Amino acid sequence: MALPAQRVSPFWLALSVVGGLYLLFLVAMLVATAGYTTPDKLFAALGKREIQYSVVLSLVTCTVTALLSLLLAVPVGYLLTRARFPGKHVVEAALDIPIVLPPMVMGLCLLILFQTGFGKFIESATVTFTYTVYGVVLAQFTIGAAFAVRTMRHTFDHLSARPEDVAMTLGCTRAQAFWLVTLPAARRGMFAAASVAWARSLGEFGPILVFAGATRMKTEVLPTTVWLELSVGNLEAAVAVSLLMVLCAMGVLAAVKWLGEEV
Amino acid sequence: MIRFDAVSWHAGAFRLDAVSFTVPAGSYGVLMGRTGCGKTTLLEILCGLRQPSGGRVFIGERDVTDLPPGERGIGYVPQDGAMFPTMTVREQIGFALAIRKRPGAEITARVKELAEHLGVAHLLDRLPQNLSGGERQRVALGRALAAKPSVLLLDEPLSALDEELRDDLAALLKRLQRELNLTALHITHSRREAEQLADVRLRMEAGRIETAPAG
Repeated sequence: MALPAQRVSPFWLALSVVGGLYLLFLVAMLVATAGYTTPDKLFAALGKREIQYSVVLSLVTCTVTALLSLLLAVPVGYLLTRARFPGKHVVEAALDIPIVLPPMVMGLCLLILFQTGFGKFIESATVTFTYTVYGVVLAQFTIGAAFAVRTMRHTFDHLSARPEDVAMTLGCTRAQAFWLVTLPAARRGMFAAASVAWARSLGEFGPILVFAGATRMKTEVLPTTVWLELSVGNLEAAVAVSLLMVLCAMGVLAAVKWLGEEV
Repeated sequence: MIRFDAVSWHAGAFRLDAVSFTVPAGSYGVLMGRTGCGKTTLLEILCGLRQPSGGRVFIGERDVTDLPPGERGIGYVPQDGAMFPTMTVREQIGFALAIRKRPGAEITARVKELAEHLGVAHLLDRLPQNLSGGERQRVALGRALAAKPSVLLLDEPLSALDEELRDDLAALLKRLQRELNLTALHITHSRREAEQLADVRLRMEAGRIETAPAG
């Protein structure tokens, strides 16, 4: 539905100029990058085996990370919204650590953790994370999950607890009320949380480089490819992969914006 | 019957101390009092959504103080209806029976009966966002009554409605309460509602309840 037009005033005009200049800057950046290459060079770069491997690895790891992030974010987000407990502010601040810490530092922390007895025990009980594909997922998850938790917290904050109360008076347990009433209502937020974790993971570079390495055909994801290609002076390939990531990011943005309203 | 026997509750500076009152069986109790005086808290204690720090709560002859909300035999209608956002009217009204795993045919029959009684039979496939305020409250009422509770609790159920609709719904509430022989406790700020509905008037002030006969 079209909104009625607002009266043009110097105030709105000034705000529009500020916003417009920023938008122009973003678009100019993308257009310049797109104009740097040609479709032929783009397809030639994307035809390389190493780059195809990194495309597939990125898509798979980001999807796995998004799903794992959602599995964590839904219960934690709900807990933070509905539960009252001592030290809640401290817990909330601690959950934001991956958001405020420099990503490279997160990678270093992960690497050091898995050198300790605790980390070695986890690896012996599950799989080897350091310098493997599992490490790629863990590095992406460490940061992506924090964003997903934030999104789910925001989602549950906006869902009234009252319907759950009513469901409980009608015979539900707390878990049934959550499962039958609140979770279906949170599906749009869940989609947004998974998308945010996915997009964030796609661009993750520092922690993956430090924790999982940058071995071609093994732990190379798209940001690693950009870095590897740049480091050997192959700007064409770096631009091609960058454009692919831009397309992916815009796809996620569009999906969250339009599909999210339908979910 | 609803009976509070020296019920206490506190959170921070807010406290209810030794609140006692009775709404006799089959009566319509109307509870009034200033905003923030603890009326909703009282209702939530009765629903089992808050645990009192002292005292006992009775529904009929049964001490329900330690029972979970779903086992108290109550129907609860909050202020805005608190619809389940993703369920159709049919699913909302049938919810209490579906949770009790009643046969499908029984649920269908009960939903039909209540929907016709409440004048929402033509809305059964609608989602809550496509209902008006009055329709929502009727659906919330149907949902609360589906499992045949003995007690109906209403937290300002008519406050968001325009005056004409209020009178219609107030008449419906009174008729249902009489027909189903329910004990009702209804929170409101409106004297007019109290005059229309109350058999027993309760007034909450400074954490205490005064009972006055209607009229």
